[in-house]
Amino acid sequence: MRTVIFRTVAPFLTALMIIFSIFILLRGHNEPGGGFIGGLIAASANAVYGIACGVSPVRRSLRFHPMTIAGAGLFIATLAGLASIFAKAGFLTGLWTTVHLFGQSIDLSTPLFFDIGVYLVVLGTFSSIGLALEEREVE
Amino acid sequence: METVLSVVVGLLFASAVYLMLSLHTIRMLLGVVLLGNAVNLLIFTVGRFRSDVPPIIPVDSYVPTTDVANPLPQALILTAIVISFSFFVFLLVLAYRAYQDLGTDDSDKMRLAEPVEDDSPPRGY
Amino acid sequence: MAAAGVTKIDRSLAMVTEALSAWDWLVIAPVALPFLGAAALLILRKRIAWHAPASIGVMLLMLAANIGLLIRVWNEGPIHMAMGSWLPPFGIVFAVDTLGAIFATITAFTGLVCAIFATAEVEATEYRYGYFTFYLLMLAGVTGAFLTGDIFNLYVWFEVLLISSFGLLALGSNPIQLDGTFKYAILNLVATTLFLISVGLIYGIAGTLNMADLAVKARSGELAAPVMSFGALLTFAFLMKAAAFPLNAWLPASYHVTRSTSAALFAALLTKVGVYALLRTLVLLFPELGQTFAPIFLIAANATMLIGALGLLASSDIRRMVGWAVISGIGVILVGLGIGEMAALSGAIAYAVHSMVVMAGLYLLAGAMGWLSGSDSLFKMGGLAVQSPGLLLCGLGIVLATSGLPPFSGLWPKAILVEAALSKNAYLTVVVILVNGLLTTIALGRLFAFGFWREAQLERTEIGATPVLSMSRMAPIAIIVMVSLAFGLYPEPWLAASRQAAAGLLDGAAYINTVLPEG
Repeated sequence: MRTVIFRTVAPFLTALMIIFSIFILLRGHNEPGGGFIGGLIAASANAVYGIACGVSPVRRSLRFHPMTIAGAGLFIATLAGLASIFAKAGFLTGLWTTVHLFGQSIDLSTPLFFDIGVYLVVLGTFSSIGLALEEREVE
Repeated sequence: METVLSVVVGLLFASAVYLMLSLHTIRMLLGVVLLGNAVNLLIFTVGRFRSDVPPIIPVDSYVPTTDVANPLPQALILTAIVISFSFFVFLLVLAYRAYQDLGTDDSDKMRLAEPVEDDSPPRGY
Repeated sequence: MAAAGVTKIDRSLAMVTEALSAWDWLVIAPVALPFLGAAALLILRKRIAWHAPASIGVMLLMLAANIGLLIRVWNEGPIHMAMGSWLPPFGIVFAVDTLGAIFATITAFTGLVCAIFATAEVEATEYRYGYFTFYLLMLAGVTGAFLTGDIFNLYVWFEVLLISSFGLLALGSNPIQLDGTFKYAILNLVATTLFLISVGLIYGIAGTLNMADLAVKARSGELAAPVMSFGALLTFAFLMKAAAFPLNAWLPASYHVTRSTSAALFAALLTKVGVYALLRTLVLLFPELGQTFAPIFLIAANATMLIGALGLLASSDIRRMVGWAVISGIGVILVGLGIGEMAALSGAIAYAVHSMVVMAGLYLLAGAMGWLSGSDSLFKMGGLAVQSPGLLLCGLGIVLATSGLPPFSGLWPKAILVEAALSKNAYLTVVVILVNGLLTTIALGRLFAFGFWREAQLERTEIGATPVLSMSRMAPIAIIVMVSLAFGLYPEPWLAASRQAAAGLLDGAAYINTVLPEG
């Protein structure tokens, strides 16, 4: 698979897919999308990059071990569920607020952070599996 | 529609059971996949087909104004698909490793955990 | 985009609006804590020195939360919390009654005790592969299964505990582990899939997945035709999980392949989750089904007790032996379901509690004995009385407790079950319980005599330097013996809790009213 064309295109393709995955993640609350599917897209971006350029560039570009990313996602998701303790409501209750920044209003919510957590868990887990399988193929 | 899908569910279950009765690990795994799909289709079928209108409630009312599709089976199936997919991945890697390390995919010959020539216990004190 | 958007919406129609105190969060804390702990361990996967202390800290918090929950349920009756504040029966709820609280407390306790043993046994590479992450996730799964009030959610917790148990079982990837894990994985996956099928059928018939709502519908006689088929599927799936005869073959084929800490945890928790699910579904949710299937449970109980005791007698590998002891314990618990009255159920719940603690102890004892003597075979074992007199005392305690002899905890629930069986004229069951006790005593007596009293069988040069039993291997076993002794000498609180749990299951009104207050 290491043709010149693929190797040249792959980094751009990967960047594009990751941006798209974040777009999917953020539009997920009221429209089709969300953390799970976004995470899958990001993981497949990593897989494409891995197929084109080998596993170690992917690992370098991720900076953290994929399982660490998954752990951070689990942590964020659980914290997002726990946040409603301060609102005197049950576990996982959605809390909403709007932040005004540079004349724009941004809606923030705990479901968003939960979704980000799911995104990271899926990204971490599936990148981990994908990279392990690609590594074996190279051997 | 329900009748047709029920028959399909039955066929899927039958093939899944048949495959899982095989001695070879890879066929068992295919059986497990079919079983998962059969269950998903079953949940979808028992959720009833009423309408193809998405269950979105208009802004100014509390209940759907028309007959809408049941969203719950899809949520259940999505959960079940994710779970059965991750299990299948795990089992596939496990079966592959077992094939590499044990040198067989015949479950009758996988006897490391339960050796064939097992010592009978001591007879006295 | 915001939910508080367009028009004024009366949220109280769909959501819980009254404020919850931090005290109410006890319901979710035993599940949320291990999740946070597991996530933190994944992030800190390289700092293996932190893993054991951090996990033990998390489990201490879990134990504290569970004890708080138990005290609260004991005083106030069942409590619940709606996830995301969505009102039941549409949202998922966690509903805790005495049964769930007792089991969750014992889960945290056994987890804690086994974790101490793990610090001595588990190696650095296994820490790096996430031993304690799997461990905490499994505890979260088991606790979630005990506390949830939604039957599909119960399936999800089953899968959570199952996938983490796969991880624990296969960690290390020795060929023998791959073999055992494959069989374990396939059979348990089939069992949970059967459970999922019955969940699908239940949803199709009742149109709800909330346990309290299901209990209401089942009691009002609304449920129609295929009740028997999903009941049979539920029974089959949970008996398979619980390793009852004839669905027990996977247990002695797999538990012994892994570390004795993991095996102890599995023996304590996984089969009991099956028993718990049987109690929850067939006594609380569908009492009529429970009565229909009672004769089957009685037959299964008799057969399981016999096969467990015979397997125990016929093994020469001590760790596989303990697997059979777990199975025979399951048989004793099933007697309670087979008889199905208040006294029998309370005996079964009390025996399940005893069995959770003592089976973990038995596996830990087998692990310590095997480690000290350098072999798991009865033929090669010996001389442990000289090597470790402390282990001798603990071993005696565990062996007596497993056999159901005084002054340990096995005696009381067995006596209650025998009495209940006599009152129902189930003489065969009485005989089988007693024979099972006798055979267990013989088999474990042989383990004790061969392991401790005989002179050493292996030359020390064959297995290297004489190992010394460290405190972290000894303390967990000693703690379990002491707990079992305390339960045996002063059984009243424990038996009273079991009675309350059984009464809550049989009546069901308190459980239903807490989740669905309007009736």
